[in-house]
Formats: sequence, C-alpha cells, structure tokens
Amino acid sequence: MATLEAELAGLDALELSVPPRKSRASRTWTTIWPKLGAIAIALLLWQLIVWSGWKPTYLLPGPVAVFQTLFDHLGDYVSAAAVTLQRAAIGFAVALVTGTLVGALVTKSRILRSAVGSMITGLMTMPSIAWFPAAIILFGLKESAILFVIVIGAAPSIANGFIAGVDNTPPLLVRAARMLGAKGFTAFRLVVLPAALPTYIGGLKQGWAFAWRSLLAGELLVLIAGKESLGRDLDTARQFGDYKAVYATMIVILVIGILVDSLVFGQVERRIRRRYGLVDAAATD
Amino acid sequence: MVQTVKTQALDSAIEGDGSPAISLDAVSKVFGHAGDATHALDRVSLDVARGQFVCLIGASGCGKSTLLNLVAGLDQPTSGTVTVRAKRTSLMFQESALFPWLTASGNIDLALRLDNVPRSDRKDRVHELLELVHLEDFGDKRPHELSGGMRQRTALARALAQQADVLLMDEPFGALDAMTRDLLHDELEALWTRTGLTVLFVTHNVREAVRLGNRVVLLTSRPGRIAQEYPVASGRPRRIDSSQVAELAATITDRLREEVRRHGDPRS
Repeated sequence: MATLEAELAGLDALELSVPPRKSRASRTWTTIWPKLGAIAIALLLWQLIVWSGWKPTYLLPGPVAVFQTLFDHLGDYVSAAAVTLQRAAIGFAVALVTGTLVGALVTKSRILRSAVGSMITGLMTMPSIAWFPAAIILFGLKESAILFVIVIGAAPSIANGFIAGVDNTPPLLVRAARMLGAKGFTAFRLVVLPAALPTYIGGLKQGWAFAWRSLLAGELLVLIAGKESLGRDLDTARQFGDYKAVYATMIVILVIGILVDSLVFGQVERRIRRRYGLVDAAATD
Repeated sequence: MVQTVKTQALDSAIEGDGSPAISLDAVSKVFGHAGDATHALDRVSLDVARGQFVCLIGASGCGKSTLLNLVAGLDQPTSGTVTVRAKRTSLMFQESALFPWLTASGNIDLALRLDNVPRSDRKDRVHELLELVHLEDFGDKRPHELSGGMRQRTALARALAQQADVLLMDEPFGALDAMTRDLLHDELEALWTRTGLTVLFVTHNVREAVRLGNRVVLLTSRPGRIAQEYPVASGRPRRIDSSQVAELAATITDRLREEVRRHGDPRS
C-alpha cells in the first residue's frame, strides 16, 4: 500500500513538472510590441499617403498635425467622450439585461425557440443605421432614440451568446450532473450556466462592438441640442471644414472602442478561458 | 436523523435477502425505427451480486455502454426489466467529466452539496475523499492542471462522495497510458477490497477485465448478447502481468476474435 502511494506520488510529480513561466515584464513586452509595431506601420502608411500628394493636406492632414489638434483640444474631447461613454454604458447595460432575459427565455421554452430563435440572428444582420428613421419617428430627436438603437443592436448578440453557450454545454457534463443528482433548475444553475459562461462572454464582447457602432451612428444622426458628444463633434467638424478635428475625433472613437474591447471584455474573456483550461497556459498572451 | 434511520432500514432490506445488487432480466434496447433499427442489446439477463466486481467485455458495437446507461437510469430499455438494489449508484466515464470551472476540491464539494451534506461537514469530507485517492495535495488544482490519471482519480473521489454502494465504470482507464493504468488498477482493487462496493466495469481491454473482475462477461456485437461468462479464480492483489491473468485473457481473446470474425464473413 505504501509502495502504491509512493508510486502514485512519483507519477504525479513527473506528470506535473512544467517549464518555468517567463517573467511578467517579459510576457507583457511580448504582448505589446507587435501591437506597437502595427500602430507604427499604420501611422507610417498614413504619412506616406499624405507625402504622395494624393490629396491636398487641408483635406488629408498628416498624423502629426492631427495629433497636434487632438492634444490642443484634449479637454473638449474628454468631456465629449464622457457624454458618449455614459450613453454607451446605459445602452449596454439595458442590452445586457434584455439580451440575457431573452436568451434565458428562449433556452427554456421550445415554442419560443422556434418562434424567436432565428429572428434573433435575423436582427443581427440588420444594419443599426437602418433603425434610425423609425427610432426618430417613434422617440423624436432624444436620448431614447439612441438608446433604442443601441439596445436593438447589441441585445441580439448577447442573447445569441447566451443561447449558444447553453446549447453547447458538453452532453457529458450534463450526464455527470444527472448522475450526481442535479435536476431542473439546480442543474441549470450549477452546471449549465457555468459551462455557458465563456460563450456568453464572447456574446457580450460582440454586443459591445454592436453597441459602440450603433451609438456613434446615432450621435451623427440624432443631434440633441446643446449636448456635445463624439458623434456630434465629428459632424460639426465636418460641417465647419475643420478636417483635422474630423480625423482627431475618429482616432478618439477608434481608441475608445479598442480599449474597452481589449481591456474590459478581452481581459475577462482571457481570464475565464484560462480558468476553464480552454487555452494553453504557456501560450497565452 | 431521519436520513440515518432511512438508510439503516434500506441497509437491512438490501443485505438481508441476499438478492443481487443489479439484475437485468431479458433486457433489449433498440435504437432507431423499423427498417433500419439497431439492436444494441438483445434479451440480456445478468445478475451482479452485492460486493461483486464484474467486468463486461466485447468488441465495438456490443452495447456495453448502452447497458451501463440502462443500469445508471440514464436511459430506458425497449423491453425487459432492470433492477438496481442500491442506496445510490455512481457512474464514471472514460473522460473524467469533471466540471472545468471548479477545482478538484470544488468538484467533490459539489457532489456533496447535491447530496445535501451540510456545509460544515463538507470541508472535512472533501479532504478525506482526496486522501482516499492520494490527491490531498492537489485539491486546489483545476482539472486542466491535472494529468489524465489524476483527473480520473478525482472523478473516482467524486463518484464515491455520495456514498454510492454501486459503482458503474465506463472504460474509465481507456484513455490513460499503461503505467498510470496499472497503478490505478492497484488503487481501485485496494479500494474495492476495503469498501465492499459493487462494481460493474466496462472495458474493451481483455487483460484489464481479467486483472480486475471476479467475473468477466463477454458480449457479442450487433445484436449485443451475452456470449459467455468467465469466473476469475486467481487471488488478490493481482498483477496484470501474472501468468494466470495472461492465460485466461488469452482464452477470452480467442473467443472475442471468433466473434469479430463472424462479422467479417459475408456469408453470415
């Protein structure tokens, strides 16, 4: 018996010996340099196009001039971004609740699934900008029109993520749960929901992208008097011929979209995938 | 308190009359519909006595896993009756089927929780169960951080958490390397000797069946029928490389090959 114990312990030790991980700093650097490189190449391409003289510089200013404008009016951009981000947060939160509820109802009811299931995917193919005329007719030029389009843009992705996650619960885990005596809602809560989490997070990430896109389209179309926002700035800058500001605003919009995607959703997604063993721990960035 | 009384009553009911823990009476299972129906099992009758270790063996398509699912209650027979006289039945799969978001301890704890074990008792029970499979140092590891053998040991601990007296095993060591498998055979045998569990063990590895079982039951394929039974006389603890095990395994393998040839013969 003692021999068996020693042998098992020996085998365990042999099988679990993993190569030492690289230091945190070196891992961070490995992640960051390709991104920095890509940005540098993009800026260089931009500058090359400007130098080629394809368009006069007042129509297409170079990166230096645009960033100059951006830093000169940084305060304005920050306050405009705050308004836009607040709308994004409210819209996304409503979409999160709506999408999750719809997803939960659809997974629980066979009738709802055949009735609504394919419609959800159908909604995702509808460009959000096509909703705006109806939204303006129904809600007027108000916050609620923008909110409506954000929710209808983002909720289907979130609902779909939830449904796909539940549907893709490995049947083996469901059988194991049944053998352990988990039935009905208990099984759903303790096994199906956690199993669905990685796919659901993927749905949230996609929902965010839809929400951000719908929101900026909304801010360009639904001009609410007296309220500066990124979309409004973009439109104003174009109308007044301040093209440097157009590009500067675009950069702000792009950077916020990317940062929220990678720092919020990307982080959560990576952490969960690592926790679930869905990625090779040594290969993750 | 009520729980204890009920269990004791059950104990006497189960052990008193010497009836088998598992009885299959003329069990058939047909998949699909008339025309292209598959007879996974055809009138299979089998008794497994309390405390016995029975191994089911057969080539692909002999309905071994179907039979186990029927005994586990995960599926219903097309005809015939399945009777399981047990306080609790547990099933182990070829894949560990551990929940990947929980640690080894968390997986065992969940089984206890679903069995209504009070929170205050669970921590000690989890530790005991981990000790039982010699994994007390690995409780905080997640399944993907464990080796295949360690995952199966965790799954075994989880299966034992609910104090099952009948353990069904569906090729539990099929995906492991030979060295690990040998050690797990030793561990399972020691555990079985100590606890008096009733085990129904499905495998396609003849040596493994002879190494572990009191009886080896050979099933034919399509339809799945019981072809022959072999009592295993050699004492315990056994070794997979002992001559007695090898000899009986050779006899069973010959019989199994005969079965397989029958399916390759176009005249049959």
